Amino acid sequence: MSTNPIPTVTPSGDDGLLRPPMDFQTRRMRLNSARRYLVNHLVTGLAVLSTVLVIVPLVAILGYLIYKGASSLNLAFFTHIPAPVGEPGGGMANSMVGSGIILALASSMGVPVGIAAGVYLAEYGRGKMLAMAVRFTADVLNGIPSIVMGIAAYSLIVMRQMHFSAFSGGVALAIMMVPTITRTTEEMLLTVPHAIREAALGLGVPKWRTVISVSLRTASPGIITGCMLAFARVAGETAPLLFTAFGNQFWSFKLNEPIAALPLQIYVYAISPYDEWHRLAWAGALVLILMIMVSVTLVRIYAGRGILKGAS
Amino acid sequence: MSLEREPEPSSPPTAPSLPMDAAPIHAPAIINFVAASEPVAQEGPPSPIRQYLSARGNGGLADRTFAAAMLVCALSIFAIVLFILTILIARSKLSLAQFGFGFFLRSAWDPVSGDFGALPFIFGTLTTSLLALAMAVPLALGVAIFLAELCPARLRAPISFLTELLAAIPSVVYGLWAVFVLVPIMRDQLGPLLVKYLGWTGFFGGYNFGVGMLTASIILAIMILPIISSITRDIMLAVPVSQREAVLALGATRWEMIRTGVLRNARIGIVGAVILGLGRALGETMAVTMVIGNHPEISKSLFAPGYTLASVIANEFTEATGDMYLSALIEIGLALFLVTIVVNAIARALVWAVTRGAPARSI
Repeated sequence: MSTNPIPTVTPSGDDGLLRPPMDFQTRRMRLNSARRYLVNHLVTGLAVLSTVLVIVPLVAILGYLIYKGASSLNLAFFTHIPAPVGEPGGGMANSMVGSGIILALASSMGVPVGIAAGVYLAEYGRGKMLAMAVRFTADVLNGIPSIVMGIAAYSLIVMRQMHFSAFSGGVALAIMMVPTITRTTEEMLLTVPHAIREAALGLGVPKWRTVISVSLRTASPGIITGCMLAFARVAGETAPLLFTAFGNQFWSFKLNEPIAALPLQIYVYAISPYDEWHRLAWAGALVLILMIMVSVTLVRIYAGRGILKGAS
Repeated sequence: MSLEREPEPSSPPTAPSLPMDAAPIHAPAIINFVAASEPVAQEGPPSPIRQYLSARGNGGLADRTFAAAMLVCALSIFAIVLFILTILIARSKLSLAQFGFGFFLRSAWDPVSGDFGALPFIFGTLTTSLLALAMAVPLALGVAIFLAELCPARLRAPISFLTELLAAIPSVVYGLWAVFVLVPIMRDQLGPLLVKYLGWTGFFGGYNFGVGMLTASIILAIMILPIISSITRDIMLAVPVSQREAVLALGATRWEMIRTGVLRNARIGIVGAVILGLGRALGETMAVTMVIGNHPEISKSLFAPGYTLASVIANEFTEATGDMYLSALIEIGLALFLVTIVVNAIARALVWAVTRGAPARSI
């Protein structure tokens, strides 16, 4: 193949120096680079194609949901409780209130524990084996299916009390919030510059006060972001509520009674055979998605603006 | 806060229950350092500043209490996992004793006569998850490569945001979409095409109802795509820029740079991301339950209705009459819990190996 003669070194260019011609290539080199560029373009094309293949249907799903939901949404949806089968109208007011109650309950249990565990990881446990183990367990806990949380809450609370309750649903969701909040809190605290902590400690401020009013305060936008992410994640959870909160066709405000929840109601209506209920399911899905979209977008804005971005 | 003020006799506002003591200040290392380097040590009564700080809980006890509280919360994460494990074992004792390990190898599911086996559910879960991975992984890799290496800077933020948003859509909403859009498409358009061109493989036999294992796999693939692609992208971005520059400087094309400089360095983490996606697919409940057909049988045809571990729990848990029935369902939950723990532990270890242990970490 490469029997080309070695090119003679001739003066080229204006400076009169000796150098090989710039376009010197053997045939094999030419073929090789042609192949390499072809593969390069092919793979680039494939990557772009797969992105398009993924983004377009996903956007279509989102668009379809918004279209179907918007055309089914009306005022009654926000003010009425579900109508009996066969009657038109009705809404999901009780489900939205119920979701609010369960989520408030879950947040009040999950957020403090999650933040405190994150504080331990970032402020006290740096470099310790125990902290590594906690971090790892939190990540693993994050991947455990939500339905298992439902069974655990059922076995712990519902089986004892012998009835479904809003409280058991709140516990199941709280357990799901903890790992997310812990990990984001830790990540955010790690971005707080050491100099700030050292300044506080240098003034004689005790460590616990430094953590609360210096580290946590500096990292607060990021920590709030993490809490909202966890909130958005559990807001749409259905599986753990199936046999804890159970659902309710009527108003319920008591913590130890079955309570309606928006995702649960969407599920029940989606698998029902009635058109009217399907309409309500679409409307409910839209409300749920809007709620989640707003919180994710807020998070994005917060995180993007990031007081912390420049600090570290 | 002004240090000139008189010491407040009241306890600190943020933690009123914390006891105070006037013990020597729990001096941080930096103070010791300053004190050692400058000869300013003085005897006599404590200064007003020191008194003020002591009054605000500046004592070893407050510090230790706070540290202990944080530690307890951190340990509660262990406690949660252990607690779930023990309660699941305790509540499935009946079925564990009756069927033993054979529970996972029997294909009977007869609540009336009390005969239970989990094989059809394991089959359904594995088939749908692996099929979903086979569909999602190549696409997710393509998306991650595009986002991390090829994407114009202007497009990167919107596309990442979109994938994040899609990962945040609840399972039940995907299920709703699947029931009303994907199922008719499968029944009327995609299904007949598959029978026509791939019918000879034998995987597309039987009657096509629209619901079934293939539909469940497709919705699973759609759901795990954003997760795999965003983690893979993060891992690829964690590969130091110097690696890319070094390969490019040797005259590599962009794909060669990605292959040798990025993918080779990130391969462990990418495997981790894929396994993480598998973990998500194994435990996915609502969307799968809504489209898989919910019938405990093992069939070669992908059009046939199936059942997964998670969806049998979702469907039958509240209707379970009798202790043995409930116990069998909880044992399925226990199996799901253990499998996902193992899968996630492996995946996390792999992802960490790349994003944490890497000798040269960007950021």
